[in-house]
Amino acid sequence: MTVYYTLFTFLYQTGDAFAFLVLSACGLAIIFGMMGVINLAHGEFIMCGAYVCAASARAGLPLPLAVLAGALAAGAAGMLIERIVIRPLYDRPLDTIVATWGVSMIVTQSTLILLGSTMPGTGTPFGSFAVGPYSYSIYRVVLMGAALATLGLLWLGFTRTRFGVLARATIQVPHIAQALGVNTGLVYSLTFGLGAALAGLAGGLYAPTMTLVPTMGSAFVVEAFVTVVVGGADIFLGTAPAALVLGIIKAALTSWQGQLAGQIGLLVAVIIVIRILPRGISGWILRERA
Amino acid sequence: MRSEVLLNTVGLWSGYGGKPVLQGVDINVREGEIVAVIGRNGVGKSTLMKSLIGLLARDKGSVIFRGEEIDTVPAYKRARLGIGYVPQGRDVFPRLSVMENLLVGESINGQRASRDQIESIFSYFPILKERRNQPAGTMSGGQQQQLAIARVLMGKPALILLDEPSEGIQPNIVQDIARIMVELNKSTGVTIVFVEQNIDMIRAMAQRCYVIDKGRITNEIMPETLEDRDAVRRYLAV
Ligand SMILES: Nc1ncnc2c1ncn2[C@@H]1O[C@H](COP(=O)(O)OP(=O)(O)OP(=O)(O)O)[C@@H](O)[C@H]1O
Ligand SMILES: [Mg+2]
Repeated sequence: MTVYYTLFTFLYQTGDAFAFLVLSACGLAIIFGMMGVINLAHGEFIMCGAYVCAASARAGLPLPLAVLAGALAAGAAGMLIERIVIRPLYDRPLDTIVATWGVSMIVTQSTLILLGSTMPGTGTPFGSFAVGPYSYSIYRVVLMGAALATLGLLWLGFTRTRFGVLARATIQVPHIAQALGVNTGLVYSLTFGLGAALAGLAGGLYAPTMTLVPTMGSAFVVEAFVTVVVGGADIFLGTAPAALVLGIIKAALTSWQGQLAGQIGLLVAVIIVIRILPRGISGWILRERA
Repeated sequence: MRSEVLLNTVGLWSGYGGKPVLQGVDINVREGEIVAVIGRNGVGKSTLMKSLIGLLARDKGSVIFRGEEIDTVPAYKRARLGIGYVPQGRDVFPRLSVMENLLVGESINGQRASRDQIESIFSYFPILKERRNQPAGTMSGGQQQQLAIARVLMGKPALILLDEPSEGIQPNIVQDIARIMVELNKSTGVTIVFVEQNIDMIRAMAQRCYVIDKGRITNEIMPETLEDRDAVRRYLAV
């Protein structure tokens, strides 16, 4: 019997790590994969989602709506920042890195000044369930479902909707999309907004599980970058499989040697992947196919 | 049959990074015409097409569509005026399916193509129907050329700008494309401006030809003129 309990614990931990990696990374992956922009303010969109979610929940909004509010707020902030900061810099990738880094610092510091060093959170809902001698958080299972649902909806959105087709056309050959009547500026703006909204969603979903501080985004950002680097530019061929592989590595190392080993394992995995597959998993898959 | 001028340019200058390529181009195209732009390699034919659709900003002069100057109108809005641009080298979206490539073309008129419209496009280009779910990047040059043309037909343009459709494709497909373009022009009245160096295609399609050299229109000739080898050498040979 104990072997089953151990197996279940491992599956649960892998699922938990997978959900965290997918949710942290997909906004970053979309902005990088679709627009080639490395968004160092990713963590601040996450923080924005978490803060808005917690504030709305405390104001009485049911949690699912509060999470949604967080995502929408981050998405709106993203579209604003795209307009003001990113748009003039599309041809200068290095400058966008510096600019988004600047945004990140300004937002973190202003939040600290305006809202103080911490923000009251909301408790984790749903309680726990037991399998054998161990107990598990139900909310963590909800998060796993949310990660899968997010991937599924994104896939449908990018393959089955008109916006998805135009967005993919725009990344593949931007000037031709434009010459065919596509308002590519609007496509970029909406794509950046979507990426920011997904970051906000991650923040909102994890808000009930963590302490809310202005720098909380950094807890997500390292893992998000690891996942995007390992996965490469394509969210479905890259981010999802990378999150799965990294989730397994992290869960295995964490249960064997503890949290720190899990973190180090991820970083080692990145270094190895960069050596073997410089364009990530999706770059490799696309090349094998071609 | 007298018809209105659909597109004209007045003393059009444009180029890349301050280096002028077009140096005062004047053309006039009436509704329903099929006009060829011919000339040697590198004289500025594609530059003219890009300046017409707005992918390249003009330096001086004007592009006028239906009597309105469109010099400051961005490319996507020019397309929405009813201009379908088929670039040199086709530039299909390689990782979109054939059908998805076609759907992008709907942005030209911003309307969903009806089933009938799609079927009629497929009747001109049956290979596209057969390969509708295949990624466009995996098709041959000739098939991609047909797709690039079909893609603009989805948006029912009033004017098609076609840049060297024959380049790198088999002679029988070149003939097919020429025939289809003429048929489309007859049945829908669409105006066509095309760049071409292939004599057969020019003779099969064009009603008249502008000869471009060193960034200017140097001659206007009838396609029959190209039956003469000396004329071909003069206007087209390197
Ligand atoms: N993107 C660009 N940047 C700089 N110069 C360019 C660019 N595209 C074309 N040129 C130059 O502008 C001139 C005209 O080019 P263009 O492509 O218009 O010629 P073309 O008549 O279409 O030739 P071809 O028959 O080979 O297609 C050439 O000297 C070319 O080298
Ligand atoms: Mg050319």
